[in-house]
Parts: sequence; structure tokens; C-alpha cells
Amino acid sequence: MVHEWALAEAIVLYIENQGVKRGRRLVVKTGALQSIDREVLEFALRMLIKEHGLELGEIEIVEEEPLLKCRNCGYEWRLDPSSMSQDVRESIHFLPESIYAYYRCPRCGSIDFEIVKGRGISEIRVEDHD
Amino acid sequence: MIEDPRTLKAIKNLESPRSVYLVVSSKGGVGKTTVSTLLALVSSIEGHSTGLLDLDFVNPSTHIILGLDPRVIKYEEEKGVKPYMVLDNLYYFTIVSYTMDNPIALRGGDASNALWEILAIVRWNNVENLYIDTPPGIGDEHLDILYRLRRIVKPIVVATPSRLALRSIDRLVDILREMGYGEILFIENMGNGLLRSYAIEKKLIYTGFIPYISEIEESIGSIEKLLKSDLLSYVKTIYKNLRGFTRG
Ligand SMILES: Nc1ncnc2c1ncn2[C@@H]1O[C@H](COP(=O)(O)OP(=O)(O)OP(=O)(O)O)[C@@H](O)[C@H]1O
Ligand SMILES: [Mg+2]
Ligand SMILES: [Zn+2]
Repeated sequence: MVHEWALAEAIVLYIENQGVKRGRRLVVKTGALQSIDREVLEFALRMLIKEHGLELGEIEIVEEEPLLKCRNCGYEWRLDPSSMSQDVRESIHFLPESIYAYYRCPRCGSIDFEIVKGRGISEIRVEDHD
Repeated sequence: MIEDPRTLKAIKNLESPRSVYLVVSSKGGVGKTTVSTLLALVSSIEGHSTGLLDLDFVNPSTHIILGLDPRVIKYEEEKGVKPYMVLDNLYYFTIVSYTMDNPIALRGGDASNALWEILAIVRWNNVENLYIDTPPGIGDEHLDILYRLRRIVKPIVVATPSRLALRSIDRLVDILREMGYGEILFIENMGNGLLRSYAIEKKLIYTGFIPYISEIEESIGSIEKLLKSDLLSYVKTIYKNLRGFTRG
């Protein structure tokens, strides 16, 4: 699972586009639904940061737990990706919206639910940048 | 985040093909999926590296035309996702390999999320012509692409000749014009040239027609049969015209 490279590139392009070149620390918040391999993401980020001529010091990757909410009955629930079958987990890793093909509200069975958080990259922050 | 970081990566991915065609229509069932799949097939057998991207999340169907079981469509990863090689020159991406063809109902926000995720992770480098099939009408996915990727995509409007259809094509064309699209490509499907004058009047680039061919049903699901079908010569003409109009 190394499409982390594509996500890392999106992050670096974003930082570059904000006009940030240097900073003390880069904080990236990812969604656990995507089961991102932190080591790969961090490695890719380091390579790309260098390639793009940026200096961002430390890298911190924070994972956000998924929270789902039924639009029909309002029930909220959490989902642990490590409990999923390999195939389903991998599909959701690439495309979190694949979840709609495999899950329903555990209370009322509705397919109309939303991913409240923990989907994908939700925050990119460079601390103490100039 | 001020903007979606995925859009920047999406732009980068879609800047590599020489032409990125977005196949749209104002009405459903006019032949977008058939036309985009056939154009991709023709482009690839003409010797050009070609991509086919199915962005109809609710009703993906390019794989049915190509006769591919969702389980055989697998992507390799290499700094992103590499599309599936259908033929020597034909690279393909559809979500059915993730959803296993289970139905998914996506609300606006989810559809946009899925769209940007796919555009950001799937790489089309080395692809010359990319054809994108889309759902009918103008939904969030279309608006996202048409607004954010204006410099990159070339819209192809597919329409059938019917008086009822013309009003809705007018509206679609108005929307595209308002978004700043000067060059709008046009294909008449299930017709025989009747819409040429309409297209010229509306300053659309008329690239040709495909007649109604009832035997098409027998070729669906077989690339071999599609390549031998009566449709192909029409699609070839359209393909050449598209290339002619969008050269350089
Ligand atoms: N030139 C043609 N002659 C005969 N039948 C055709 C022709 N083009 C398309 N069809 C048939 O019309 C039907 C609709 O085609 P298709 O699915 O490509 O349309 P679409 O615009 O993608 O539909 P949707 O809006 O639902 O996505 C299909 O059954 C297809 O086989
Ligand atoms: Mg279709
Ligand atoms: Zn519920």
C-alpha cells in the first residue's frame, strides 16, 4: 500500500502553494479510515520536502479515529479498520467512500450515513513558519 | 485547510496527458458511456497511449462495455495508483474494483471527496488522450472538475437528435459558456447528421454523428466485437476530428 506517495505530494504542493518555505514542525492529521502507513507517508514527505527545497523540521502525523453517523436515525458509531477484511480495508484505504458499498447503520440498517471524521487528510499545519 | 490539497495534485496528474476529454450530456441515456469507451478503444488501436476514467460513481458501466469483471481489475501502486492495463495502449480506472459493483449512494460532499481522491491518486503519466465518462446532467462532480480544471479539460457534449433534448442541451451549453469554456466539442449519437446545423448555430464544434445501430447490444462486453462493429468507422471519424480540433 504505497499510494501514500500521492498523498504526500498533495501535502507538499499545498504547503508550497501557501508560500511556506521553512518551519519548525509539520503536523498532518490523517483519517484512520484510510489506514495510512505512517512510515511510508513520513518517508515520502521527507523526500518530497527536500525535492521541493523546503525545510520543515519535524514531522508529526496524527491519526483521527473514524466517526460515522446515520442520517436516518442519528446513531453514531466508530469503526476500527483493523477489524475489516483485507479486501474491504484495502478498498477503503484507497477510496474511503467505498465504505458505502460495505457498511450500513448498525442500528436501523440505513445506507444513508455520513463520515463525520476520520476520513482522510483533514489538517496540514506548519508551525513557526516564516 | 484553505483549499483541498488534493486539487493541486489532481491538476498535476491531469497535466500530463495532451488531451483530457470530459464527456457530458444534459440528459441520461444518450450514449456518453458508449461513446467514451469507444473513443478510448479507437485511440488505443490507432497507436496512442490512452486512458479511460469512469467517474460515474452511482452507475459505473464502462467495465460492462469492455466486458471486465470487477475482480480482475487491479491497480498497481507506484507513487500513487497506476490504472489497469486493458490493452497494450489502454489504461483504465473505475471504482468498481473497490466497490465490487455494490451500489453506493453518494451525497454531494461524498461524491466530491471521492472525485478528488481519485484524481489525486491515479496517475496518467505517459497517457496521451484521456477520456472521462461522467454521470448524466451537471452534478457536483462536473462542477468541481469544470471549475477547478478549466485549463485542462475539454468538454465533449453528447446529444441525441430530439426536439425535447435541444432545450436541455441549450442549458448545458450556457452553463459551460458561463464557466468560460469557449471550445465545446459536440457529438451527435443515434442520429444521422441532423444536429450539425444546430451545433454550428450554437458555435459548438461538431465532430460527427453515430447512427442508431441496433446490433450494438451484441457487441457490448466484447472488445473484439466492438472493434469489428459497424459503429467503429463513425467513431474513428469523430476521433480524428477531435484530435484535429484540439491539436497543439
Ligand atoms: N449509436 C447507438 N445505437 C444504438 N444504441 C446505442 C447507441 N449508443 C448507445 N446506445 C445504447 O443506448 C443505451 C444508453 O447508452 P449509454 O449507457 O452509453 O448512455 P449514457 O449516456 O452513458 O447513459 P447514462 O446517462 O445512464 O450514463 C445503451 O443501451 C447503449 O447500448
Ligand atoms: Mg453512462
Ligand atoms: Zn440508523
